[in-house]
Amino acid sequence: MQSVSTLERVLRGIAITVIILFFMFPILWIFLMSFQTNETILRVPPSIFFEPTLVNYKALISGRLEGSTATLEIAFMSNLYNSLFLSVTSVTVGLLLGVPAAYAFARLKFRGSEDIAFTLLSFRFAPPLLVLLPLTIYFQQIGLADTYVGLIWVYQLIVLPLILWIVRGYFEDIPADIEYAYRIAGHGFWATFRRIALPLAGPGIAAAGLLAFIFAWNNFIFALVLASADKQPVTVGALAFITASGINYGQIAAGIILSIAPTFALALYAQRYLVEGLSLGAVKG
Amino acid sequence: MSEVMLKLDRVDKFYGLIDHGVHAVRDISMEVKQGDIVALLGSSGCGKTSTLRMVAGFEPVSRGSISINGREIHHLPPVKRNVAMAFEGYSLYPTVTVRDNIAFALKSGNLPATEVARKVENVAEMLEISNILDRYATSISGGQQQRASLARALIRDADLHLLDEPMGQLEPQLRTLLRGRIKSYIKERGLTAILVTHDQTEANALADKIAVMEDGELQQYASPDEIKEAPANLFTGTFVGEPPMNVFPATVTIADAMVTLEMADGLVLTYPANAFPNDLLARLVELQQITLGVRPYSVKRSEKGAPAVIVANQWLGDQTHIAASFAGSALVLVEHDRTHLSVGDRIAVNLEPSDLHVFNPATGMAVSHGTELVG
Ligand SMILES: Nc1ncnc2c1ncn2[C@@H]1O[C@H](COP(=O)(O)OP(=O)(O)OP(=O)(O)O)[C@@H](O)[C@H]1O
Ligand SMILES: [Mg+2]
Repeated sequence: MQSVSTLERVLRGIAITVIILFFMFPILWIFLMSFQTNETILRVPPSIFFEPTLVNYKALISGRLEGSTATLEIAFMSNLYNSLFLSVTSVTVGLLLGVPAAYAFARLKFRGSEDIAFTLLSFRFAPPLLVLLPLTIYFQQIGLADTYVGLIWVYQLIVLPLILWIVRGYFEDIPADIEYAYRIAGHGFWATFRRIALPLAGPGIAAAGLLAFIFAWNNFIFALVLASADKQPVTVGALAFITASGINYGQIAAGIILSIAPTFALALYAQRYLVEGLSLGAVKG
Repeated sequence: MSEVMLKLDRVDKFYGLIDHGVHAVRDISMEVKQGDIVALLGSSGCGKTSTLRMVAGFEPVSRGSISINGREIHHLPPVKRNVAMAFEGYSLYPTVTVRDNIAFALKSGNLPATEVARKVENVAEMLEISNILDRYATSISGGQQQRASLARALIRDADLHLLDEPMGQLEPQLRTLLRGRIKSYIKERGLTAILVTHDQTEANALADKIAVMEDGELQQYASPDEIKEAPANLFTGTFVGEPPMNVFPATVTIADAMVTLEMADGLVLTYPANAFPNDLLARLVELQQITLGVRPYSVKRSEKGAPAVIVANQWLGDQTHIAASFAGSALVLVEHDRTHLSVGDRIAVNLEPSDLHVFNPATGMAVSHGTELVG
């Protein structure tokens, strides 16, 4: 009995190590690359020992990429800012609209409510490229092309269905009697939503918000077509790294590190809620 | 006469479409007086919870009306009804402590915090949950959750308290202890309560009136004594009372100033006709076929009487339950002493006219209790 569990523990440890290595190694390698220049990156054989340098980060932050033949101006930091701004506002708008809607879909069953909910979800099925052409034309006509408002609106196609469907499930899992118990004690519909339903669905809302943020952050095609240079997020802006004068791997690595940092930090922070979200099952029944 | 607190007037409940869905509550009318405790008794699925939920406002009324304190409320949202409820499934808020769960019920009332704290302590002490006030609702036992949920209802100063099986999870000792405390708590404050229970001792001990339901219908609504002595129909007669009432089909003939009851297996009971009033005799002659009921406590053994053969004899620690084959079925009698009878022993039993309940087998309605004709 004891020996089996020891063996099991060792095997499990090995498995976990392998999995972590598999997933984390590329990120770790990129992290190391971001502190090197092309010379050390491209040497054979590769080594993890080198003189760390901050030139890549400096170049990105100052917006001047020094190539071998010319200096390229790129707006990396403003791209990063655009990404952050677009994702945060899209998710905020998505949560403000999606959470009450999810609550309504979970609690108020009315004729056609299922159809409406499904229609909203089906936005996710439409291939973006199919939507983009007519959308671009409409947006140009009503003056929304190349505006933050227009982009945030289009981002709702990504964010809203996700939030709606995840959060709705969480609301449905809360036994209605818990809310009734609060309402019967003299609290109105809104107070009950705020004080009982929202906190109980909190982990679900956090999880949905996090996922929506990642989807919004990683979006490429909408922003590529609908935004001009000064409103482009980092996903689109990164195209500028491929230049005629060659590829500077160190700068790309630094760019990657800077652009995954916000989602990474958010995921670490929200992990707590995700775990809570899983243990919420205890409320049921 | 105190005033009416709750009035149900011809209330129907359908889940799903009216006249097509599940007909959970059928045409119930009843009045609960201010200050009364009413126990709702009935088998599982008979519509007790549905009735309470309509009063509380969580289920719409399909037909009929509900008034509280003379005010029609069945169209109002729960928040406007001033009703407190302890839920069958407890429904505590899992994100806060037991203390806050109970206090939440008061916070809308603008009481000072010290007053709230004092009230919570009081009700927690009464229900023996003072020691778990700072635990989270998800980390306490089922019986503790049930008491927390009961505390949350009792602490309110509402017009009406609806308690859906508030003590089902507790052991008998605690139940007996709390029963007394809850009763005096309710009575001291002049609260009005409806209590769903499957425990008839609890119903008898707590309730001023008992409402017996079956299959969505109100069978009888009367005091515990009246329900016991004069069950309105065969269902109430056999449902209320432990062990249940013995029932036998019988055929009545009256001749030579004797009433003869012919029962199965050729058993015949005879009584002098003058033991019954004339109106009852007339009714019996008219009916001919009757269902005879007699409570186990009323069956007496005697030297001479109708024969019965013992099939079981159980000493329960304070009383003996004896089952005997009698008139082609089983007769249960209860005695307070330990009885030394073995299976197969022959006994004779006496069924006194004053202990007989007569039901109309066609309708199930009561015809007479003892020597009193019903209606
Ligand atoms: N939400 C619902 N939808 C459809 N049918 C329901 C619903 N709730 C209850 N019923 C049905 O209505 C009937 C009465 O149910 P109810 O919960 O009122 O019974 P109860 O007397 O409280 O039973 P118990 O003693 O088991 O708690 C049952 O047949 C039940 O299946
Ligand atoms: Mg019930």
